[in-house]
Amino acid sequence: MSGTEEPGHAVNGGPGHLSRSDVIHVANLARLALTDDEVDMFTAQLRTVLAHAADVAALDLSHLAPMAHPLPVENVLRPDEPQPCLDRAEVLAAAPAVEDNRFRVPRIGSEPA
Amino acid sequence: MSGARAVAAAVRSGERSARGVTEEALAAVAARDGELHAFLEVLGDEALAQADAIDAAVARGEDPGPLAGVSVALKDNLCTRGLPTTCGSRILEGWRPPYDATVVQLLRAAGAIALGKTNMDEFAMGSSTENSAFGPTRNPHCIERVPGGSSGGSAAAVAAGFVPLGLGSDTGGSIRQPAALCGVVGMKPTYGRVSRYGLVAFASSLDQIGPFAGSVEDAALLFDVLARHDPCDTTSLRSGAPSTLETVEDGVPGVRVGLCPDLIDGCAPDVAARVYEAAEALRAAGAHVEEIRVPEFAYGLSAYYLIAPAEASSNLARYDGVRYGLRVDADDAAAMNTATRTAGFGPEVKRRIMLGTYALSAGYYDAYYAQAQRVRTMVVEAFERAYASVDVLLGATAPSTAFALGDKVDDPMAMYMNDVCTIPSNLAGHPAVSVPFGSGTDGLPVGVQILAPALQEALLFRVARAVEAGAPAPVGSA
Repeated sequence: MSGTEEPGHAVNGGPGHLSRSDVIHVANLARLALTDDEVDMFTAQLRTVLAHAADVAALDLSHLAPMAHPLPVENVLRPDEPQPCLDRAEVLAAAPAVEDNRFRVPRIGSEPA
Repeated sequence: MSGARAVAAAVRSGERSARGVTEEALAAVAARDGELHAFLEVLGDEALAQADAIDAAVARGEDPGPLAGVSVALKDNLCTRGLPTTCGSRILEGWRPPYDATVVQLLRAAGAIALGKTNMDEFAMGSSTENSAFGPTRNPHCIERVPGGSSGGSAAAVAAGFVPLGLGSDTGGSIRQPAALCGVVGMKPTYGRVSRYGLVAFASSLDQIGPFAGSVEDAALLFDVLARHDPCDTTSLRSGAPSTLETVEDGVPGVRVGLCPDLIDGCAPDVAARVYEAAEALRAAGAHVEEIRVPEFAYGLSAYYLIAPAEASSNLARYDGVRYGLRVDADDAAAMNTATRTAGFGPEVKRRIMLGTYALSAGYYDAYYAQAQRVRTMVVEAFERAYASVDVLLGATAPSTAFALGDKVDDPMAMYMNDVCTIPSNLAGHPAVSVPFGSGTDGLPVGVQILAPALQEALLFRVARAVEAGAPAPVGSA
């Protein structure tokens, strides 16, 4: 299984050996900031959950296809006809900041404001 | 408050006014919900306005529909246009959706009255409703105990007699487990039977909306109103509108019931005893009961706690402080995203987002996520083998009766174990129902679970009705 391959970021071991740096890494990917205490707590808790999942990781299921969805999902096409949609003013009214009928956000990356 | 069917019949005939029924429900909530906290928002004015419209329709000689004047409690992850929809989260506090969920539209079209939005574990992640950012709900049978979760508010609202009907969502047991702990009927339909349009997404391949009710008959009545094809949900089935209410009293002679130790053995002895008594009740009603092993179910829990967090980590990426909900300002967009999510999500949601992100990350995807998806195939094939020899399966819903508030909040894995009996049906997309059956040694309600193959809701409700009819007297008035 490719799960034993060296992943692309710094880790201290393979599956089941979740490290503090793994937790910091995934929190960063998920745009979550953690305190040191939270890193400790989540590392211990996620290790417990992943240890429980070791029963699944140990099964030889190479003969089975992965199942992403309970229904056989197929692509469906429809005529491209205009339909009623959400009211723009109502949608924008829910946004934290808007400008000229658009969602306003702080500057992105290092571009000038 | 009497049952939904009786209320609707009385309102349709003009014997009772929808306003009177609604005022009664609002008074019951006002009298006791300060203690229980089933509702996050009571829609008093809107409910009375709806009731008046129904009474006006009756006065004009029109039929307001099969749920005329019946109050319904809506889990707060169902979008209600212009009305608060928080998902139990600070990140959506104050948000007012610009549209109604399809199920909310169907309820209104059937004459039902949305009485309020109910408390839930944040983003439906939890089994006790203690993960709500707005404080826990208490079990109406014993306020020191949890109501279960994540749809604990809707379950408690029905159990307390505030409303005859409630709506919840079930991703890994979030309707059936609280139904069991609160002593009401809770049912998860076949995946795709009920539109998810306007249900705030948790794990999209597992989520399904379903009914809570005080009786099997009322649950079938509500299911029949909701099970419709919806072009707004790409996974909505074109299976037509079932009529499960018509056959709910047809009995179970000849029905083959598989008593499944794999859905019983890990449970407390008092819970297990009730399941075996329910099997005897079905046998007495004419069903063929045989024991059937499905050992693959044991792997469902681990697979679920990889698949559901993986899907959640993707679905919850949308809470970025841009289009709706909370924003915590910062100098650039990425810092704003991080500050918003860090402040807006509670610990369980963060835990699952990180778990899912990890399971999907390079190097671990095959070991965890893809492997869990293969387990899903294994569970589906195991169901198929079982259903070659039986029509339905019978087991427990939850491993124990309601546990004490605070008991499991610091031990996520212990909390996750609550879902061990309910998860297989979510993985397979099959319908299942929890029916109250007696009580545990602590006097609190026990639920037994019936599982059926995809689209077999009519059979499911028939068997559920037979279990209900054979059950000991319900646990004393909540």
